Amino acid sequence: MELNRLTAKELIKLLAEAKVKIEDIVLALKERIDKIDHKINAYVRKEKDFEFFPKPQGLLKGLPVSVKDNITTDGLNTECCSKILEGFIPPYDATVIKKIKEKGGSIFPFKTNMDEFAFGSSCENSYFGPSHNPWNLEYVTGGSSGGSAAAVAADEAIFALGTDTGGSIRQPASFCGVVGLKPTYGRVSRFGLIAFASSLDVIGPITKDVYDCALLLNIISGYDPSDSTSVNLEVEDFTKDLDKDIKGLKIGLPKEYFVEGLDKEVKTSIDEAVEVLKKLGVEFKEVSLPHTKYAVAVYYIIATAEASSNLARFDGVQYGFRENASNLIEMYKKTRQKGFGQEAKRRILLGTFVLAEGYYEAYYLRAQKVRTLIKKDFDEVFKECDCLLTPTSPTPAFKIGEKIKDPLKMYLSDIFTLSANLAGIPAISIPCGFTKKGLPVGLQLLGKPFSESLILRVAYNYEQNTVWHKMKPKL
Amino acid sequence: MEKKKISIQTVKYIAHLARIELSEEELKLISQQLEKIIDYIDQLKELEIKDVHPTSHILPLENVFRQDLVSYSAITEKVLSSAPQKKDNFFVVPKVIE
Repeated sequence: MELNRLTAKELIKLLAEAKVKIEDIVLALKERIDKIDHKINAYVRKEKDFEFFPKPQGLLKGLPVSVKDNITTDGLNTECCSKILEGFIPPYDATVIKKIKEKGGSIFPFKTNMDEFAFGSSCENSYFGPSHNPWNLEYVTGGSSGGSAAAVAADEAIFALGTDTGGSIRQPASFCGVVGLKPTYGRVSRFGLIAFASSLDVIGPITKDVYDCALLLNIISGYDPSDSTSVNLEVEDFTKDLDKDIKGLKIGLPKEYFVEGLDKEVKTSIDEAVEVLKKLGVEFKEVSLPHTKYAVAVYYIIATAEASSNLARFDGVQYGFRENASNLIEMYKKTRQKGFGQEAKRRILLGTFVLAEGYYEAYYLRAQKVRTLIKKDFDEVFKECDCLLTPTSPTPAFKIGEKIKDPLKMYLSDIFTLSANLAGIPAISIPCGFTKKGLPVGLQLLGKPFSESLILRVAYNYEQNTVWHKMKPKL
Repeated sequence: MEKKKISIQTVKYIAHLARIELSEEELKLISQQLEKIIDYIDQLKELEIKDVHPTSHILPLENVFRQDLVSYSAITEKVLSSAPQKKDNFFVVPKVIE
């Protein structure tokens, strides 16, 4: 039995029955990484000593969670895959990490690869080099949580945490053929998440199937006084209603997501998924989110504005890399020139521009107003349906190098995922097929605020009636 | 030629505000890319938004307060362990005042 291939649910059962030892699971993962990660590059800093002895305790029985490089882990390098944070070892655990440990989970000692500071849709902007898609090594994993998605898809991880500011969990999950959930804004504490865009960022699970996704969401959710935007809601058990049927549910198909530019094979997979759900008793209805086409513009104003402010703290004084200079201002400027990659500099500059005197009203304030219109679109459609179904991405994974030289083209690949962050609503991506070339396709379910239980239930019912989540890449 | 939306001078100015040094090459490339991106985001100008309220974030939260309590934190050493340069319990930076 290859233990690294199993789900968290299966492993917890085996551990509880004393049929396997946690040491054997750790060993299976390490062997898998040693064997294939030089091809995938899902993990960073693999040269470090691997001393990892989790205790079989609590609900998770010591199972390791693989964590993206922008979530702080006490005593473990957290560098946002950026040179500017080179060697940074946080003095504290993020709240989600604390919660995992409290439930008997452990933190895998290698962090997962990502676009620098989560700036990207392909995982090519990493200081440690791109991750490669386990289904075809010439293709991107998607991003920014590409390392987490690839590690789960390639059985180099049991389950993982990613972060999602504009699709950074869902798009790589769809490109790699795994499950990824962006929770409602405020559901999961951001304390210890190194901020990109504070009004959009969320932490969420990337897993092999929907059950594990609900399980990990159970653990990381909940109010946290350390995050002032955390919502004080009782944590429900997201696994509880998964197997309830979905007869009579109304799902909307937003017509703005089924337009020119949508890949034919993606469209076919989505159409087939709709048929599967119809057989399970779901009623479909065409709906409209009229401001969809403005989401990319709004997003790249708001996200970069917030990023330019959040990343001001990386100046060579407190953490990581410094370029020496004769005076303080020069030291800041040179440190930031050499410490940030191209995409980070581009976004900081764009963000500084849209906030600058004379441009603020024309760009930033205008974008915040259009954000209101995008949110209202969702409020309206959720009056007539329980959730929405769309493709996660207009195309399957693209080739490494294909879009990296054209930032705008790269930004447009996020067109179906950004709106959920702007509106703060939960959304999940699950596998729903493959292209002829063998690349995975993902479908996205978007729900009302705090309706994770419902979208997880729809996803679970779909998964139980399909085989996509069981497919494994040949490596 | 159509007037540029963002001049090289403006990019230099915002790079100074953002405290990022740019090489001549970077300046040229980033100016071109920003021009394209700004041209794209300008499509928002076609919308009538006069009476729309701006959304800064989606939760119905106003100010969030907590008790102002003193708590113990003994992480100085850990914090300083990642510093590029330090002395005793302090970060060291180039001289600020002549």
